[in-house]
Amino acid sequence: MTLLTVKNLNLKFDTDEGRITAVENVSFEINAGEVLGLVGESGSGKTVTAKSLMRLNPSNAVYSSESGIHLDLESGVVEVLSLKSSRELEIVRGGAISMIFQEPMASFAPAITIGNQMVEQLLIHTSLSKRECSELSVEMLERVGIDEAGKRFYQYAFELSGGMRQRAMIAMALSTKPKLLIADEPTTALDVTIQAQVLDLMKDLVSEFGMAILFITHDLGVIAQVADRVAVMYLGGIVESGPVREVLKSPAHPYTRGLINALPKLDSLDEPLTPIPGDIPSPLERPTGCVFHTRCPEVLADRCDSSVPQRIILGHGHSASCFAIDSKEKTA
Amino acid sequence: MTEKPLIRIKNLNVEFPLGRTLFGKPPMLRAVNDVSLDIMPGQFFGLVGESGSGKTTLGRAILRAVPISSGKITFDDAEVCYDVGSLLKKDLKNYRKLSQLIFQDPYAALSPRMTVRDIIAEPLEVMGLTQTREETDERVREMATKCRLNLEHLRRFPHAFSGGQRQRISIARTLVCNPNFVVADESVAALDVSIQADILNLLRSLQDELGITFLFISHDLSVVAHICDHVAVMYLGTLVESAPTRKLFDNPSHPYTKALLSAIPSLDPDDSGKAQKLEGEIPSPVNPPPGCRFHTRCPLVEDRCRNEVPLWRELSEGHSVACTFAK
Repeated sequence: MTLLTVKNLNLKFDTDEGRITAVENVSFEINAGEVLGLVGESGSGKTVTAKSLMRLNPSNAVYSSESGIHLDLESGVVEVLSLKSSRELEIVRGGAISMIFQEPMASFAPAITIGNQMVEQLLIHTSLSKRECSELSVEMLERVGIDEAGKRFYQYAFELSGGMRQRAMIAMALSTKPKLLIADEPTTALDVTIQAQVLDLMKDLVSEFGMAILFITHDLGVIAQVADRVAVMYLGGIVESGPVREVLKSPAHPYTRGLINALPKLDSLDEPLTPIPGDIPSPLERPTGCVFHTRCPEVLADRCDSSVPQRIILGHGHSASCFAIDSKEKTA
Repeated sequence: MTEKPLIRIKNLNVEFPLGRTLFGKPPMLRAVNDVSLDIMPGQFFGLVGESGSGKTTLGRAILRAVPISSGKITFDDAEVCYDVGSLLKKDLKNYRKLSQLIFQDPYAALSPRMTVRDIIAEPLEVMGLTQTREETDERVREMATKCRLNLEHLRRFPHAFSGGQRQRISIARTLVCNPNFVVADESVAALDVSIQADILNLLRSLQDELGITFLFISHDLSVVAHICDHVAVMYLGTLVESAPTRKLFDNPSHPYTKALLSAIPSLDPDDSGKAQKLEGEIPSPVNPPPGCRFHTRCPLVEDRCRNEVPLWRELSEGHSVACTFAK
């Protein structure tokens, strides 16, 4: 069952330097109980896309008229972009959708105990009494593997270690039983051994709570370990998407191949690292045609710099937007 | 071995006081605990560990940027031999020319009010290495070319550059005074993967060209595996294993090294689940566990680990480990 449909999302920001395109023609779907990974480098528009789902972008964000975000709930379909009052927005802000942020220290209020923050959001989104809320919160803290949850409930964020804070964040996000969890780089600030623990925990929770996760990261290794499907973003557009296995084992887009080749791998120590040439262009100087053509090793003359490639279906839900694939298939 | 190490560290301890007390000594936090290691000239030496393992403090102690509590650091190139802990004014100034640091965050490390040319020229002017403006410009242009910076860009300000370009500016500034020894502290951690590979290749080629000795500090084992000749692993202020890169990755001997290696997420989706996972978190260095510092999380733990500190012993040439069970 499709839980969330994003169609032709176009998002620009009004700034002093003009209108900056942040997201261009992004479409994807998330099914219930599925983990969709969103990979890309900084500035590729991953976070902005995710924040659109909860309408958390600042007020200078302009969504185009053809953009659509539909959330399919039991109570009916919600058109996220046409929600207006803050009361209506509660359904996507903590109700049906919850979010885990990258830096757990920055996303907890420093002067309010962990427990009070958890109870506060439960009082808003559920009809439980204050006492029931406290009990549920302690139960959730125990579920995510925090020792002495009863004691931690009365502590402040600074008293917890990084890994523990991220667990508390997950407990808080899950306590309202959301249908979709947005995890924005949830393990980037953690050490590898702690990252492995948190990823395991998230995988367990998906099967237990049956929710869908939109997992945002820049680390292809993390995607390989947690996601079912993956979408690769570059400069605001999705360049390739498909099941994790197919995208990582037979990447179709030159950017995806470049990302994989640039990654240091432990099983081939002697192979030199191949960086993607050049730098990510500034959003103010967005390239015409295919946005990747300035760095692409397979660039076609007269074509890539003038027209925008269409999405090509490669089978099994695997698709990519590149002219080179098109011409390869024609010659084959 | 006939070759003498460039940096020799013997039983180094670095301690920081925790607050102040009116009477007696305040409690001490031991960030680096009894570390001994040698860095050979021309080596690309990697130092890995999680946050709080003391790797940055060790790097800074070698540069005399934090006070050394006890132990000895010797710097010995063919011309001068310094006991780093007890350097005084003139020698310390000279040591600062010979040893340099590349910072982690290229966004914070460059002054937004200086042009790229001024940023790279500043060490030359401060240390009085050049006499005339022409000479300075000459050195700046030479180093900028080596770091693959566009000479047209020297007149611009840092805000006009991307992360990768900024890191190249930062590297040029570090190397412009011809240091012998450079500490690169998490120098690629803030960069995207496509740019990271470029900076790693640049560091490697600069080392080949200029013969600099690098201490490369990182939390990312796969990065270290690709660029370093020799790797040392730290945990809670102590060294747990040290070996030539290939030996360490083919035959990791300390349980912590094994766990670190298997915790790296694999690119192969079918590879999940066989990783050896560590329980718990790194303990606080304020009161570290007695005996082997890793025993609270070690899968092989036995009674003796809780009481005796494991000896630092050599398994094969250049491969040393601090674990009773390592073979």
